[in-house]
Amino acid sequence: MTIEVSLKKKLKYFDLDINFSFAKKNMIVMIGPSGGGKTTIVRMLAGLQKPDEGQIIFGDEIWFDNNKNINLTPQKRHLGYVFQDYNLFPHLNLFENAAFAAVNKNEVDELFEVFKIGHLKKRKPHMVSGGERQRCAICQALARHSRILLLDEPFSALDAITRRGLREELKSLKRNMSFPIIYVTHDINEALYLADEILPVVDGKIDHQWLQKMIAREPSAQLTMRAAREPRLSLVY
Amino acid sequence: MDYLAIYVTLKLALVTTAALMVIAAPIAYVLSYYRFAGKSFFEALIYLPMALPPTVIGFYLIIVMGPKGFVGKAWGFLTGDSLLFTFIGITVASIIYSIPFAVQPMKAAFSKIDRRLLEAAYVLGLSKRATFFRVIIPNSVSGIAASAILVFLHSIGAFGVLLMVGGSIPGKTKVASIAIYEAVEMMNYQTAGMIALSFIPISYFFLMLINKLNEGTQP
Repeated sequence: MTIEVSLKKKLKYFDLDINFSFAKKNMIVMIGPSGGGKTTIVRMLAGLQKPDEGQIIFGDEIWFDNNKNINLTPQKRHLGYVFQDYNLFPHLNLFENAAFAAVNKNEVDELFEVFKIGHLKKRKPHMVSGGERQRCAICQALARHSRILLLDEPFSALDAITRRGLREELKSLKRNMSFPIIYVTHDINEALYLADEILPVVDGKIDHQWLQKMIAREPSAQLTMRAAREPRLSLVY
Repeated sequence: MDYLAIYVTLKLALVTTAALMVIAAPIAYVLSYYRFAGKSFFEALIYLPMALPPTVIGFYLIIVMGPKGFVGKAWGFLTGDSLLFTFIGITVASIIYSIPFAVQPMKAAFSKIDRRLLEAAYVLGLSKRATFFRVIIPNSVSGIAASAILVFLHSIGAFGVLLMVGGSIPGKTKVASIAIYEAVEMMNYQTAGMIALSFIPISYFFLMLINKLNEGTQP
């Protein structure tokens, strides 16, 4: 089963024109400079923004096709989307947030234990740290049994230590998952550490040269690639 | 002391508040989240009662709700009764008179909610209607409470518009403000003073409540 994406959209400073496909169970890391169109692509995948042209095909299901006039709403795509912030509803405690759209509320307890936030169930989002909020946001997306998980710079507002811890948790989650993850970051080390496949997005286009330059320029990048222990890194074409 | 007038006033204020919470919420939602042709015209129309003298509103309501007006005619056809000089008539007048005070704080509260929170709800599978009830309303409690209290207090204070539409029928349309006016007209300052005094703790209590609610919703 593959996910095929072909998107075009006229943006303020450039035209986004991107094609990629990936297999289920893979973690795609989308990397690129800020303002290059990464978030727009993720929002279009989620159904929150409409492409001008293109197709999004998830297995045998068409999510978007401008020729066939198909554009599934975010509600029908059944995906998980973790934003940089603002995932959690401020009027609900962490448990209620994670159980908000859960398929089975009992699973939320298990997820909270896995993500080490079981003791914070009754706390409101403003009473916990940024890292704990993002852990809860991931639990929320997983409890819904999402078919794909979109993570748009989920740890970028966190400190380096928390970030590293969450990166590890995400990597171990990936081993047990049965759905694809698209992870957006502008951190080359994070990308190399987590990715099965890397999608470098610069000014709305896939730019592999930019990625090679970044790897060459960043001394720690080679070390990170080795530390990733899963040398399955390949580029998406 | 005209207890009957106080009773009619409180009943009118409660019914107006309850009705306006239901009527104003979808209007505030549309004004906060939708763009459409004629939106500013529609919004100005909603706020118009705030800018018009109550007697002007009362005059047009008499025209519309009277036996020859289209609303009065329709009401007469359905119920066989008149809208003018009835409790229902002054309730309609009070709702129209107070609608800006219901919509404005609600709209402000709805607009303050981050759009990304709504997007998070859509991605989690919630329809727009479910998002309204499960995300927007619970996160706008202080704005809705402010709206309810403003409407309640504004309804208590209504005078000109109610006098024109309802007259002064004891137990039906004679509210406290009209009772005070009539008592003063008859030089009965003691009765006027008693009724007037009874409203100070009521108004003060609700203003305290609005402050308390605002404090309670601070993170």
